[in-house]
Amino acid sequence: MNGPQDLGGQMGFGPVAPEKNEPIFHAEWEKRALGVTLAAGGMGAWNIDESRHARESLRPADYYSSSYYEIWIKALEVLLQRHGFVTTNDLAGGVAVDAAATPKRMLKAENVPAALAKGGPCDRAVEAAPRFKAGDRVRTKNFNPEGHTRLPRYARGKIGIVEVQRGGFVFPDSNAHGAGEAPQHIYTVVFDGREIWGEGADPTLSVSIDAWESYLEPA
Amino acid sequence: MAHSHDDHHHDNELDPMAARVRALETILTQKGLIDPAAIDVIVETYETKVGPRNGARVVAKAWCDQAFADWLIKDATAAIASLGHTGRQGEHMQAVFNGGDTHNLVVCTLCSCYPWSVLGLPPVWYKSPPYRSKAVIDPRGVLEEFGVTLPPDTKIRVWDSTAELRYLVVPLRPAGTDGWSEERLAELVTRDSMIGTGLALAPEAA
Repeated sequence: MNGPQDLGGQMGFGPVAPEKNEPIFHAEWEKRALGVTLAAGGMGAWNIDESRHARESLRPADYYSSSYYEIWIKALEVLLQRHGFVTTNDLAGGVAVDAAATPKRMLKAENVPAALAKGGPCDRAVEAAPRFKAGDRVRTKNFNPEGHTRLPRYARGKIGIVEVQRGGFVFPDSNAHGAGEAPQHIYTVVFDGREIWGEGADPTLSVSIDAWESYLEPA
Repeated sequence: MAHSHDDHHHDNELDPMAARVRALETILTQKGLIDPAAIDVIVETYETKVGPRNGARVVAKAWCDQAFADWLIKDATAAIASLGHTGRQGEHMQAVFNGGDTHNLVVCTLCSCYPWSVLGLPPVWYKSPPYRSKAVIDPRGVLEEFGVTLPPDTKIRVWDSTAELRYLVVPLRPAGTDGWSEERLAELVTRDSMIGTGLALAPEAA
């Protein structure tokens, strides 16, 4: 979706302002926000693509005025309600009022180290042969789906070169919406900065994205 | 600090986000959906075990051991796992080497994808709109904010982490470090140098 998350090339956000000796967390609640988000994800009711889509579906004014952990928590409330774990009644009082759906599993403290060390690999076998190979000239699709996609706007309808084929991976545009993993081959595609940004672009710049096969057409 | 996050420095009942997160944790715990002790273990992991020192070890080894560097190029996930660094947001690693005439810079314009297994949790600036918007269009301007000025003819390659591949930049080994041990070299490898917003420290600065 052309949502607030799609930031590449946008202007007016001010300086990056790196913080010297930045702490890992800026407040106690950020620690709990990280932990609650991961622990709730551990129920297995949604996948990473659905959670990313929940975050980018916040209203733009809300997204831009929220820190990243705030975005996580606001999206988590949406996911928990969508999947029947939490209700507006619960949230209104800050205590459990209504019954909850039964989760597939629960992340217990003793299982956390193993779960974090394992992560969630999303490489998958794809039976079809790759359509492209390193060195191929490709054009990215120009589309504007209302659902989740990982093709940024700045890289749509642009000509680039396939640098390497990365193997098969879960397709977020499908997986975010409960429509299955539908794995596809991924390619790292490199664009000259001038192809993307046109006049005035830094001539020393090239930008790459990792593109699912259906984002690409021969050029 | 220069960010707009100063509002959240006080964790008390007056802070709306602290209250909101506490309410969520309370509800989920009361319903038996999460184990609050699991949150403690998650936080402890990223406060004490998983952070940029992991990545620094990988880089220092690559500087000293050509066979390891070759492995890192060919299969970064396996090479990094051999040092004990695996897991969440590091499942599919790629190492990109600065060198020749190219400087690498990593960003996630669409969210905040970051190689947790080697760098830990991302800094606030990495997740925020200024960096995510500017890195792909004006990387030299971004680098200047970090105090890095590259020669005008150095090529800049920006890697937008749009999929589940996670990128670790291997910075150039600083001059004057011949014969240094991996442990000593690792001290020169900053987090920012592994994102591409910095360079490895010079020996006299370490």
